[in-house]
Amino acid sequence: MITHSTDSHRSAFFSEVIEDTPGGEQLAHCLQCGSCGGSCPNGADMQYTPRTIFAMINANRREDVLSANTMWCCVSCYFCTTRCPQQIPITEIMYALKRKAIAEGFANDTDAPALAKTFTGFVEDYGRSFEFGLASRYYFFNKPLSMFKLVPMGLSMLARGRMHLKPNKIRQVAQLQAIIKKAKEIGGAQ
Amino acid sequence: MKYAYYPGCSLESGSAAYDVSVRAVADALGFELEELDDWNCCGATEYFTQNELVATSVIARNLAICREDQTQLVAPCAACFLNLKKTDQLMATHSHVKCQVNEALAAGGLHYDPGRVKVRHLLDLIYTDIGEAKLRQKAVKSLKGLRVAPYYGCQVVRPMNGFDNTEYPMKMDELFTWLGAEVVDYPVKAHCCGGHMTQISEDAAFELIRRLLDSAVEYQADLILCMCPMCQLNLDAYQGRVANHFNKNYQLPIIFFTQLLGVALGLDFQQLAIGKEIVPAGPVIQAKLSAQAAGASA
Amino acid sequence: MAERVGVYVCHCGSNIAGKVDVEEVAKWAGEHVKDVVVARDYKFMCSDLGQKMVEDDIKNEGLTRVVVAACSPHLHEKTFRRACKNGGLNPYLLEMTNIREHCSWVHKDTAAATEKAKALVSAAAERVKFQEPLEPTYVDVNPTTLVVGGGIAGLQATLELADAGYPVHLVERQPSIGGHMAQFDKTFPTLDCSACILTPKMSEAGQHENVTLHAYSELEEVSGSVGNFKVKIRQKARKVDFDLCTGCGVCVEKCPRKVVDTEFEAGMGNRKAIYMPFPQAVPRVPVLDTESCIWFERQRCGACQKLCPTNAINFEQEDELIELNVGNIIIATGWKPFDCHKIPQYGYGRLANVYTSLEFERLCNAAGPTNGKILLRDGKTVPKSVAIIHCVGSRDLNHNPYCSSVCCMASLKFAHLVTEKTGAEVHSFYIDIRTNQKDYEEFYQRLLDEGVHFVRGKVSEVTDAARSENERGKLIVQAEDTLIGRQQRFPVDMVILMGALEPQTDARELGLKCGISCSMAGFYTERHPKLDPVATMTDGVFVAGACQGPKDIPASVVQGAAAAARVAGMITKGKVMIEPVVAAIDEENCSGCRICNNLCPYNAIEYDAQRGVSHVITALCKGCGTCVSACPAEVISGAHFSNKQIYAEIEGALWDAIRPAGVPGESETAEVSAS
Repeated sequence: MITHSTDSHRSAFFSEVIEDTPGGEQLAHCLQCGSCGGSCPNGADMQYTPRTIFAMINANRREDVLSANTMWCCVSCYFCTTRCPQQIPITEIMYALKRKAIAEGFANDTDAPALAKTFTGFVEDYGRSFEFGLASRYYFFNKPLSMFKLVPMGLSMLARGRMHLKPNKIRQVAQLQAIIKKAKEIGGAQ
Repeated sequence: MKYAYYPGCSLESGSAAYDVSVRAVADALGFELEELDDWNCCGATEYFTQNELVATSVIARNLAICREDQTQLVAPCAACFLNLKKTDQLMATHSHVKCQVNEALAAGGLHYDPGRVKVRHLLDLIYTDIGEAKLRQKAVKSLKGLRVAPYYGCQVVRPMNGFDNTEYPMKMDELFTWLGAEVVDYPVKAHCCGGHMTQISEDAAFELIRRLLDSAVEYQADLILCMCPMCQLNLDAYQGRVANHFNKNYQLPIIFFTQLLGVALGLDFQQLAIGKEIVPAGPVIQAKLSAQAAGASA
Repeated sequence: MAERVGVYVCHCGSNIAGKVDVEEVAKWAGEHVKDVVVARDYKFMCSDLGQKMVEDDIKNEGLTRVVVAACSPHLHEKTFRRACKNGGLNPYLLEMTNIREHCSWVHKDTAAATEKAKALVSAAAERVKFQEPLEPTYVDVNPTTLVVGGGIAGLQATLELADAGYPVHLVERQPSIGGHMAQFDKTFPTLDCSACILTPKMSEAGQHENVTLHAYSELEEVSGSVGNFKVKIRQKARKVDFDLCTGCGVCVEKCPRKVVDTEFEAGMGNRKAIYMPFPQAVPRVPVLDTESCIWFERQRCGACQKLCPTNAINFEQEDELIELNVGNIIIATGWKPFDCHKIPQYGYGRLANVYTSLEFERLCNAAGPTNGKILLRDGKTVPKSVAIIHCVGSRDLNHNPYCSSVCCMASLKFAHLVTEKTGAEVHSFYIDIRTNQKDYEEFYQRLLDEGVHFVRGKVSEVTDAARSENERGKLIVQAEDTLIGRQQRFPVDMVILMGALEPQTDARELGLKCGISCSMAGFYTERHPKLDPVATMTDGVFVAGACQGPKDIPASVVQGAAAAARVAGMITKGKVMIEPVVAAIDEENCSGCRICNNLCPYNAIEYDAQRGVSHVITALCKGCGTCVSACPAEVISGAHFSNKQIYAEIEGALWDAIRPAGVPGESETAEVSAS
């Protein structure tokens, strides 16, 4: 009955993931029940279900996990999180895996990082996001061939006054930028 | 009753109809929404994909700039609501998050103590604070004859909302039952619309949108009521392309719940920005309600 | 004259010695603790040789006090008290200190653990010098027993005792005894008919000369202590005179008011406003449900009263309180089913053909609403495919963290019944299949032969939202088949939810009445999980069956019999020892403020109004010390826990802080502490 700390027996990747996810320690309690993989609206498209990903994290299969499409299928609907019988913050773990995959150059088969970067680029410049700018910039650089499909939709949005061509800007952009700069310093720019 | 109001970026442009109807409904019901001065974007899901601390710090700026007397912050958008609430809760339950976020905020001369501002969703406010009695009293036009499918989506109800069931929410159902509408109890009312997936993988997103439209059509809904700009955009603006993709023919108007609530409160379509949606809702509402009225008077 | 203290430090194999330097502790005690004349360490103090060591030292070394540093006194205090007695020393001159649970098991650093063990030994040695010889008292044991709960566990206990010749009062809340087992169709793993093996026991209990049945009754109040409890039972008004009723059933037949039976039929069938829950009910006396009776609604009808041939219907009948004296109490109050509405994604209550396990039992039961035919809610369609979902509300931190233990086997039973009765295809969705009792694994093997599909995956949702033509009109069960790692959808006609077994809603309340505690989940806590599974921390109160934790029928029967055996042992012995560790009030100095009266959790303090003082009823006192610490005049003393003893213990523990020289006991501890 002498209790030892078992942290040292965990795979290195496991420790890394839970460190990057508030509440992630619960991952140690995964029953491998699959309620996450069963719940996911995009589950059918996943190379590995979240449950499989958790087994792979335990087995320290770092590259396999970070190059999987699983987290890029995640739409943050949180069904897996609220249904998980072990209260593992699964959606947050998916965010953590996305961050790691981007930082380490694994996320090459998805446009999600590009969309995210374009989006936050506007936030950092203006303090607000800017739908027209986001769509045009993102599609121009990433999916130029898809742009024409969107033209009719864009025009009908425009016709109903739902597309603004100029961004709004907050007064204290400098303050926001200072906060972001500091956060990147503390958190390690990713 | 007075609340601080966080409209969010979508309500400034693509989903201005939501903003217009929220403000009109607030006036009609007699509660005051004071727009938070110089609020910034919540980052949607995009900052969490890149840097968690930046994500929470950007969101926390909004909480930190609430004045002492602004203790309740109302967000109509699902992503804004979740991000504000999640950040407050993360700071409350994880002291390292609280310290780091405050360190970042300090670079902008700000500070936030978790729990100071209570983040509320607009539906909760109308359901709980205004309540059944007052709504019945203020409603001048019955919605009888209209079959509505309340659509809750994901991020208002999950992972935590504090006012409704996370699997099978009921508050919007109840609200429109009070107002006389026939509420459609369809099974996918809290399922996902695909979120930003429409811009990343259309195949994946269109399948999710199809499931929602199919179910609402199967249950013979006249229209779908949304409480999130992203859900409204996906179901409305992409409806035609989804129909083409699956060889279907949808004509299902998608509006914000505040727009139909406004109709019940006697406001006209223009005051509620009905007509800004791509699949027009006005004719359906008019036809169903006047058919009912004609039937009643005959 | 100075006391002569012997100190014995146990290694407990490596349990203690693996973390505490036991030799050093013993050596140190011998050299540094005042009045210690013998200090030894030994591999297993609880062994015969260890005990003999104590006995011999008392005789040969003239020990007047003994300290054993080992495990918890819960385990071995009795052992070493006996050793002291055998050596000729009063057993209460022993002090045990726990250097296992409180020290070696909970610390990582050997040096620090060893220092703590020294402090604990020093504390015990200082305290033991002030202990006084005490003599236990004995009281007679009332041979009558109260059994609460007439399910299979309570019935077993009742019959074991009654057959042994002892009187039993059996209290049951429902109109009939039988419990959940009476609702079941078949029992696993042998598939014998539940009613066929249960009803003989029910009727035996109903007619046994030694059993007094109190059906439709509840335990209201308990006072007294082991051997002599006083209990109050509320006999709820049946509105039927028990002595006049012949059980002919005319009243039930003629009653015009039908209501849904949410109890026995689990909502699957109807009953009348006056009813017997099922044909073999014991006692065969109906109960009138005043909530649904027309007479109680608007003073009309009265058909039952008019037509009863013996005039047994009495609308004016009221609840009755019955007082009984019993020697022991067996609690066998069973379980309640998990409310499946709490998991909306499984659709229970919304999707018609989603059933709970109890509903399905009634559906299968030949005496149930469909005469045992497995049909959908429309009452006519035989399902072609059935899904069984395990762990509904069990092994789930959102509901109950524990495993409900019976559901795996019950779901196998259901799969068999579906296959046998309908030929339908069965999918059974599990996380782990647990078949860990005799012949259970064999039953699982049999189901594999029968062609049941076992899908390893916790079901995510059950929906009627069809995505394709073959799903239309079906219930779709969505889950990850974890063995192939793919999300799958299974269109079926019927879904059975294997809901968790939960403690009764009022389990804590009843526990408080009887002085027993509950686990976090709400199941009663046994005295020792392995070695004393049916006793509780309150002498004379025993537990049996699912009220102590989820359990199937065989395990409940075992516990019922075990509890009866424990009680029979007490009755046979005839007397029970009352620990002399009780409080005493110095009546000379008692101001009669009565603060202690209300604080005593055992109602053991009485106020003498004439003399204006309080006094302790020794037989009821448990020695908990509440009154001792509450008395503003400090005139209540607790035997074996006097202020002197406790202050000495504290000083002993703090030996190094109080005397930096490192030698405890140089000055007169008692004087320091008493002041």
